[in-house]
Amino acid sequence: MSILLSNISKKFGTFAALDQINLEIPEGELVALLGPSGCGKTTLLRIIAGLESADEGRVLISGQDKTDHDVSQRGIGFVFQHYALFRHMTVFENVAFGLRVKSRRERPSEAIIRKKVHDLLNLVQLDWLHDRYPDQLSGGQRQRIALARALAVEPSVLLLDEPFGALDAGVRKDLRQWLRNLHHDLNVTSIFVTHDQEEAMEVASQVVVLNHGHIEQQGTPSDIYDHPSNEFVSKFIGQTNVFNLEEHDADWLQTAGLPTTHQKGRVAHVRPHDIVIAKSTDDNDAFVILKDWQHLGSLIRIELVKSSVNGQSASVYAEMPNDQFRRLQLNKGDKVDLRIRHAHWFH
Amino acid sequence: MSAATQPVNPARLFVREQRALQDPNWIKWSLIAIALSFIGLFICLPLGLVIFQAFSKGIATYWSALAQDDTVAAIKLTLLTAIITVPLNTVFGVAAAWAITQFEFPGKSLLTTLIDLPFSVSPVISGFIFVLLFGAQGWFGEWLNAHDVKIIFAVPGIVLATLFITFPFVARQLIPLMQEMGNQEEEAALSLGASGWKTFWAVTIPNIKWALLYGVLLCNARAMGEFGAVSVVSGHIRGVTNTLPLHVEVNYNDYDVVGAFAGASILAALAIVTLILKTALEWRQANR
Repeated sequence: MSILLSNISKKFGTFAALDQINLEIPEGELVALLGPSGCGKTTLLRIIAGLESADEGRVLISGQDKTDHDVSQRGIGFVFQHYALFRHMTVFENVAFGLRVKSRRERPSEAIIRKKVHDLLNLVQLDWLHDRYPDQLSGGQRQRIALARALAVEPSVLLLDEPFGALDAGVRKDLRQWLRNLHHDLNVTSIFVTHDQEEAMEVASQVVVLNHGHIEQQGTPSDIYDHPSNEFVSKFIGQTNVFNLEEHDADWLQTAGLPTTHQKGRVAHVRPHDIVIAKSTDDNDAFVILKDWQHLGSLIRIELVKSSVNGQSASVYAEMPNDQFRRLQLNKGDKVDLRIRHAHWFH
Repeated sequence: MSAATQPVNPARLFVREQRALQDPNWIKWSLIAIALSFIGLFICLPLGLVIFQAFSKGIATYWSALAQDDTVAAIKLTLLTAIITVPLNTVFGVAAAWAITQFEFPGKSLLTTLIDLPFSVSPVISGFIFVLLFGAQGWFGEWLNAHDVKIIFAVPGIVLATLFITFPFVARQLIPLMQEMGNQEEEAALSLGASGWKTFWAVTIPNIKWALLYGVLLCNARAMGEFGAVSVVSGHIRGVTNTLPLHVEVNYNDYDVVGAFAGASILAALAIVTLILKTALEWRQANR
């Protein structure tokens, strides 16, 4: 179901956690609320869930105003960062809980509950653990059970608070892919909170970038990466080199291929893969020194140092495929020419 | 793999581990000796003496001391006090712990501190508070007198004083546990459609039941054993307002040694039963 938030504001004491948030999430999307810690993303998720109440604004789920509904009546499924499984219940009972607490009239029969719980456990591939207790499971298993438990009540919206935050790196990678596939199969509108931009880009179909209680940008991962709407988004998503024209030598940038004559702003952000390097021919005065490099799997990250006029040295990072770098036959300390292919300009 | 099935390295059996923090043997054994003799001298010996004195003139005398009307009345009053105060304080304790751990409200830290007040105030003072409030010269004294309600030197005063003294036990057991557990399980239950009431019974109570039982046990032991506060408000009327601890004192002051120690033996037995149950509960919690 679609979600519409209008003018949501929330203060904790004098601290404005959320300030006039307007957000529309179309049906069936898998949305990431992305931002640094303290940006209000978890608060926003909890307000959508009804676990927290907004000071101002309305929450609409599939067109219905749910602002004054309790969390138990919003028809949402919530997955907590630390799983929040009922520790005194078996896995089966955890998943069955949402069905068992339904009013007598709505409650399915024991046989239907049994079938439904086993179906859900099969969906998360953990039916073989149905009689275990939560403390006998690994973190990844617990998180999948928590997801099955949330799905048992057939929520119209699935909300996940840092779902992979407490997991090991390897498990996290697997679960991300798994969540993406699961969402593809179930197609239930889902929102998850994360501070990890890589995770947001990898899993979500839509990313909402938050900072200081504001929405900075909303869009598909490629939108946000290719067309960041401001400096914050550009810096927060992926790696970027920041060239401040007031501090940098404009001539140098001109030589590097960044036209400064009709500049489109005060600051240029350049992605590392938008920098091309080549071995320097001696008469070029725009050279930089190759300081070091690191292997990032299939890519190489190259650290270049440029001595500026006032004696300070600033590092510039470039990235290129492994084999391409090998062909350049560069060594540490070599003079290198650098060309900027593309930049984002900000004021 | 459990420890029992792990192969034992035979060399380890003969090599005494010399750890940096290991004290010489003579220190170890003298500390143990001091601790044991202290317990023996100040706890086991008096307890044994109570039993010995109670039975010093034979079992028949012991039973007849217990069967005295005043003793039976004291036992009944003690049980009545416990039956009223323990359930009330269980409810109060759970409510206070719930309020403190689940909600944010002004005065929360004050409430947390005040819960401990009965622990930090001398029981005699606690008793006097009630005398000042409800006694003949107290704030409500005249009004109570006019309406012929007796609180001080009567059962209601004893119950009130005991209620005050034993208030912290349940809350004190629950608050740290509930703080540590947080409220995410409750939130999860609510998000799954459970009502607050259902969440409390299906999620909260199962999680706190052992700590709750433990608190109730300690609360009960104190309710039955309280002397100071009850002594002030009771008036020591034989057969009417004497609880078991007061009854013991009265008998002792009257040189009725067997009567005093017979009563004391019941209190001692209560203490031992409490200790056994407490240990069982602790064992149960540790082995969960």
